Order: sequence, then structure tokens, then C-alpha cells
Amino acid sequence: MITQRSIEEGVAMEKGKTTPEYFEACSIIEMHDDDVKALGLVPNQLVRVTSECGNVVVKTVKGRQSLYPGLAFIPQGVWANQVVPPRTQATGEPQYSGFPVTVEPVNGEKRKSALELVQGAVGMWRGDQ
Amino acid sequence: MPKKVENVGCPYCGVCCDDLVVTVSDDGKQILEVENACAIGNQIFHHATGSERIRLPRLRQPDGTYKDISYEEAVDYAAKVLYNAKKPLIYGFGSTNCEGMAAAAKVAEKAGAVLDNCASICHGSSFLAIFDNGYPSCTLGETKNRADVIVYWGANPAHAHPRHMSRYSIFPRGFFTGKGHMSRKIIVIDPRHTDTAQVADIYLQVKQGHDYELFDAFRAVVRGHEIPDVVAGIKREQIVEVANILKKARFGTIFYGMGLCHSDGRNHNVDIAISLTRDLNDYTKWTIMAMRGHYNITGPGAVWSWQYGYPYCLDLTKKDIAHMNPGETSSIDLAMRDEVDAFINIGTDAGAHFPIDAVKHLRKHPWITIDPNINMASEISDLHIPVGIVGVEVPGIVYRMDNVPIQYRKVIDPPEGVISDEELFERIYRRLSELEADEAVKEHAKAAPEGVRAGE
Repeated sequence: MITQRSIEEGVAMEKGKTTPEYFEACSIIEMHDDDVKALGLVPNQLVRVTSECGNVVVKTVKGRQSLYPGLAFIPQGVWANQVVPPRTQATGEPQYSGFPVTVEPVNGEKRKSALELVQGAVGMWRGDQ
Repeated sequence: MPKKVENVGCPYCGVCCDDLVVTVSDDGKQILEVENACAIGNQIFHHATGSERIRLPRLRQPDGTYKDISYEEAVDYAAKVLYNAKKPLIYGFGSTNCEGMAAAAKVAEKAGAVLDNCASICHGSSFLAIFDNGYPSCTLGETKNRADVIVYWGANPAHAHPRHMSRYSIFPRGFFTGKGHMSRKIIVIDPRHTDTAQVADIYLQVKQGHDYELFDAFRAVVRGHEIPDVVAGIKREQIVEVANILKKARFGTIFYGMGLCHSDGRNHNVDIAISLTRDLNDYTKWTIMAMRGHYNITGPGAVWSWQYGYPYCLDLTKKDIAHMNPGETSSIDLAMRDEVDAFINIGTDAGAHFPIDAVKHLRKHPWITIDPNINMASEISDLHIPVGIVGVEVPGIVYRMDNVPIQYRKVIDPPEGVISDEELFERIYRRLSELEADEAVKEHAKAAPEGVRAGE
């Protein structure tokens, strides 16, 4: 798994992290077609991504920038950082790129909003925003 | 008549485009049009005059809602949090001006805080490599006017620095590069076939996390040694071909980004890149440049180096001597070890961009956000203090990715009553000094022998 920038993410972030644009730009995952097939996924299906330190539900999309099989990409932001391991190799830099994850289809679950994820993680989610 | 403001600087990425033309409405309050900016820069200027701007500090109430308070109350709150904390952390600074950074450093010194900027989760690895190995770099104008070979290694400017290629590296026609694009060879090295790779002459799809091996192979070939058939997923013939292009360049620049800094090896990926650059200078002219992220993330490195001698991860808790050791004094490492007991988020969004585990640790303690807009950090903070947007409402000095200082202008007034980062930190500094003076008087009274009044 790698987490990096996308221009859509940049534009949406400047519009605001609580906007629908930010939600659509960042709560996604891009994978190679072979991996999508192997997991039996249909386009735009929701998947659960699990790493050593957490999990998050995101949507599979076909990206313009192709990856090789075995590599996946989530744009940097709230969703990516639910699964980014905080280990820094004693440099201060978390493992934002190059950490193992498992991807599995989910049914009957929704993607959470940025606010629900962050406020939920720190016990401040009131469920009405 | 709407007024056109020229030579406006863009407060987004490290390219620091300073050729924007912004059209402002008659009353000087609305931004009508932005010319020359990329999609992201455009959004910043249009968002600035949106209706959702915050005009007063907001303090979280016991029921979880926010209540507006005055700047005076907010300054008092922030000063008291800093005063009472044993080891507060002041983090951010990617998006403010150098004047704001200098004022914040004064506050950090007075409070005995840890002072850190976004470099610690971005190009901090580069600093570590530069400490070890040096920084054979150049300014962007030199690349524009001279470079005939450009390498983007682990960087995707098409998405992260949208006008980098058109202003400085690939397309412009420079003094010695009159044919523009046609006079340059573009090499992109990345595990993904990115939109930057689309415009490359040569694309190497390196296996993620194996850049160190590939650098090693390039250095071996440049020095005339044998290498295996395949290194990091790249065939030997292709490595030899690219190594020859590098050696035959008239002037080359390696631009690198998070592909090196965020992957396994961190600083070592960068230091071997610097070693390769140094090796190539035995044959021809080569330079290397970090694709710094925010428009003024190079600023804190420059300002604090001048003030304290260290660019980031500054431990000022001893008050009279600064200490820096990123594995120990970086924001993430401090957060994960629960070593700080108050957090000030300024000109950044730690709520969205820190790994969630680090956010959970920091949120156990008071959290203050200083930012023009609503973001994840503001929505989990105890106190959110709005400030003017640098480059739009506040002028000041910013440092481009190649350490060239650029004077940003003010295009419109901030919303009524909203102050700058610099003024806010100056006010927090004054309040901290008052708190310290009050305490000193009390201590003095306690220590004074009976029969003698304090102060005599």
C-alpha cells in the first residue's frame, strides 16, 4: 500500500475537509485490474482495508495512473491515515508508503465521513453532524 | 471597476508561483477571478471569501458544542495552557509566513516547548541525509536555463506541484535550453505509471521500497562496475542506458519526493541519491532538489536555523539550550510515547494528516488549533483561533523549495477583526510574560524573610 497526493485531493482539501468533494476524492482505493478480479470485485464496490494498526472502508475505483499487481493506492488524507502505521524508523516519519494491508469486500456497510472517523477515534463523535 | 492585482503569490505548494493575477471586486472584498494559478491555487483564493469563514475564536463547551469568545480570552487560554504544561508541542508552520514562525519560536522558547514543523512528517528525512552527506543543489532558474536531463524520482509533480514542469523543469525555454521540452531528456522513476510518467522519455517502474538498491546499481554502473541482471525490478540494460544518459548530461537535476522520504530506509534513500549526484559531478554537472511540499515549509527550516541552529524537531524544554534529535524529539515519536502534555496545531492539519494512533495520543491533552478554516484539527480541538490567510489577506516572506525568499502580497483584507499569525503569537508571548512575572512576584514574596516586604 502507498498513500500519496492526487490533484483532486488537493483541490478538495482547499475547498474544505468536511465537503462532499473531499469525501469523494479521498475515500477511495486504486488497485491493478488483476487484483480487482482476484478479489471478485465489481467497479465502485466498497472494501475494507486492514493494516497492522487499523481498518477503514473505502471505494474501489479505476485510476488513470496504473499500478503493478500487488500494489494499491489511497490518496493521502483522513481515510489513508486510519491504516498508516505510526512507526517512524526513528526518523519522525511514519510509514506513509510501503506497508502491508489486506483488502476484502464488505456488504451492508457505508463509508464513514471524515468527521466521523477522526472525532470517532478520539471519542468526540456526536453522530449528528 | 474591479481591480486587477498582479504578481500575486500562491499559498499552496513549494513551487511558490508568483505570477498570479487576481481580480478583486469594487469594494475590495470579493475575489472574482484568478489567472495563471493551477486548479488547487484557484480554489484557495476563491475559498478565502466564502461564507463559511470563521471570524471569532471558538471554545469547546462541556456539551461538545463551540462558543465564540474574544481574541483576548483566546490569547489568555492559550498562554495558560502553555504556561501550565510541562512539555507542550507546537507543530505545523507549513502554511504561514516567516514573520509568524519567528514570533511562534519566541513563544516556544518562553514556554519551554518542543517546536516542530511539517518537515518532520515530510522532507525531514532529507534534512537527516543532508546532515550526513551535503546538499549539492541549485535554484530553479538554473534548472530552467541549463538542464538538459531531468529526473523525477519518487515525485509526481503533475498532481502535487502542478506548475513545476511548466515553470521550471520541462517545458520552459531557458537561456541555454531554447528548444524547451525538445532540448531535455525526462526520466521518471516511480512504482506507479503516474501522470508525470506520461510526459517522460524514459520511465522506470521500480518496485516499491527498493529505491536504495536501484541507486546502488546506478552508482556501481557510473563507477564502471558490474551489476546483476535485474535490480529492483529494472533490467540491467535499461539501468546502463539511463546511467549513460546521466553521465553525458550537460547539466542535470534530480527532483525527488515522498517516494524516497516515506518509504523504507527514509533518510538513507535520500543520502544515496545525494551520493549519486556527487559521483556524477566527477563527469558532468548534477544537482539535486527536494520537492518541498507547502509553499513555506522551507521557511521554518531557514528561520529556526538562524534563531537556534536547527531546522526542525527543536526541544526547547531546557530553555537556555536547544536540542534536536528527530527520532526522539519529532512530533510523531513524542506523541506515540505520550511525552507531550499540550498540543498547538498551527498552519497545518494534524487531525487529518497524522496517523490516527498519534492523533489519539495527542488528544488526551489540551489541543489548540490556529487556522483560517475548519479542518479536522479544528473539529477536535478545545480552542480554535482563526487567523488571516497568508498570500491572500496577510503579506510576508515565504521560502520556495530551492530556498529562494519571495515576498507575498496581500490581495484583500481579512474578515473584520481577524488577526495574523504573527500578531496572535506576539500577544500570546506578552500574556506568557505577564503570567511569568506574576509568578516571580509570588515566589519572591515566599522567599523573602519575615519583616522584609517583597520588592524592597
